[in-house]
Amino acid sequence: MNKFSSPSIQKLVALGGLFAFLIVLPHFLKYHHQDFLIFLTINILVVVSYRLVTLTGEWSLIHAVMMGVGAYSSAILSKSFGISFWITLPLAGVAAGSMAALLSYPLFRLTQFYFLIGSFAAGEAIRLCWIQFIQPFGGTGGISAIPSPELLNIDFLEPIPYFYLVLFIVSVCVFLLYRIEKSRIGLTLHAVHWKAVLAESVGVNTWNYRSLAFITGSLFVGLAGALKVHYIGTVAPKQFDIGFMVFILIWVIVGGYRTFYGAILGAIILSILDEIFRGVDQLRPAIYGATLILFILYLPGGLESLLQKIKFFNPAKNQRFT
Amino acid sequence: MDLLIQTIVNGFIQSGFFALAAIGFVLVFGVMRVVNFAHGELVMIGAYTVWYVHAQNDVPYLVSVVLAILIVAGLGLLMERFLFRPMIDNPLGGLICSIGVLFVLQVIATYVGGEGPSKQVPPPYEGTLIIMDAIRIPYQRLFLIAISIAALIFLWYFLTRTKLGWALRAVALDREAATLQGISAVKISAIAIGVGAALAGLSGALIAPLTNINPHMGHNVIITAFIVTIVGGIGSLPGAVIASVLYALFHTFITTYFSGTIATISGLLIMVLVLIIRPTGIMGHKFSE
Repeated sequence: MNKFSSPSIQKLVALGGLFAFLIVLPHFLKYHHQDFLIFLTINILVVVSYRLVTLTGEWSLIHAVMMGVGAYSSAILSKSFGISFWITLPLAGVAAGSMAALLSYPLFRLTQFYFLIGSFAAGEAIRLCWIQFIQPFGGTGGISAIPSPELLNIDFLEPIPYFYLVLFIVSVCVFLLYRIEKSRIGLTLHAVHWKAVLAESVGVNTWNYRSLAFITGSLFVGLAGALKVHYIGTVAPKQFDIGFMVFILIWVIVGGYRTFYGAILGAIILSILDEIFRGVDQLRPAIYGATLILFILYLPGGLESLLQKIKFFNPAKNQRFT
Repeated sequence: MDLLIQTIVNGFIQSGFFALAAIGFVLVFGVMRVVNFAHGELVMIGAYTVWYVHAQNDVPYLVSVVLAILIVAGLGLLMERFLFRPMIDNPLGGLICSIGVLFVLQVIATYVGGEGPSKQVPPPYEGTLIIMDAIRIPYQRLFLIAISIAALIFLWYFLTRTKLGWALRAVALDREAATLQGISAVKISAIAIGVGAALAGLSGALIAPLTNINPHMGHNVIITAFIVTIVGGIGSLPGAVIASVLYALFHTFITTYFSGTIATISGLLIMVLVLIIRPTGIMGHKFSE
């Protein structure tokens, strides 16, 4: 009981402080830093939803394309059919989730490498379809002039209102994903990862749980895709290529995939580093690549494991030894 | 009719490149169980070496081909020593490392070649072989298919007729049992990746005069390698060669009559189908995890 009551008040205060900070923050930033903040917030939803997929131990390479599925469906529905953003946003999630449900039949017959390669192939096939079929996907150039959301005369073309919108939706989604991970389902997903045979022998249908995680993760990343393209106004196949997928992988691995906040930490810190290196565009992929290699070799637990080590010297953490 | 025969001939020539580029990937996966995502970039570095040494600095083409093989084999050995060997217990780690290498190699290529349009290498063997006034085969392509077949025969000889080749296949089948027989799995892994990378370098050097060279050309190579590996059966070299021939014919036909993108999409779909219907591919056998 004690475990839940007192720290949760501290946590609530910390969380409240964080939100107060985030609400004030954009007012002190330059225009392009406000943009950066919006993309960073969306990317947090991307990595957190990816984490749900990886909980079962299957590293998929299709997550970026799933984001694209959400983005494309929202873009086409709102531009060609004139449907309001507030309806296309959930539909984007549904579209990505349904696509994942469809793909889970072939893909989850596979595990490990086979799954990795299969998910890459399926994703690449979808992405090439966007390039090939100019109607309705617009080819390499994609779709532009995607309408922005409308609500009560608020100008969502401005970064600050859009940031609040993104912050609200992402916070709700991240909270939901957190609850899912801590729920019975989430614990079962852990069991499927670490003790698949044992889980099966006590009656857990591992196939169902793997695809459930995949579908739910894709649903949330579909929302992230829609949020992104309604802000920048264009969607193109290049945005969701293997390069972006690798960024997601790097964020999760450098941040640390063992805890919920590790991936968020990775996305924030690497995105800020990325901003700093904006001057040397040519070099940026190499910096990313080298960072990835160094982390996997020397700090496989990610940044998050560094924090754990520091906490080890923290007297509060060591109480149980006394 | 002429177009049909010409397409079949083109397909066979393409299969030489596909087989050569993919076989190194299969070899490394078979022996080390590492998906080397940077394999396409090794091919790209081979092509860049030829461009830099032969086209820019007027060194004879054959010398530049040998240099490409040596440089790329060296890169492969470095990757094995510093990335794959420490990561041997963590196959996913090897894969992630190779993604890191992919980015680094692309940036190196951009620095060596500069930004801007794709590079071209003038074909060192000019002229075209014309058979019966209908089928045209440029000598450069003839050279490519001849060298590819020679390299594959050499590889086959190495793997089935030499002691080292036997040891390599033993490690691929069962690493632990091979180690118990006194085979150094570490040394064999290094040899496998050395040979695999050398073949990648060779294929890059051979394709250089026939294609546009740019830092991202490895992307199509790795997709081809995936398709060929899965369709042929994971870890099976003969399967990979057969799959290369089939896929090259298929790809050339679809490219000629429809478009290159549709060819790749259908190739990927076939691969997913193979994964569902017959995960062991044409020649593969199931590995126990």
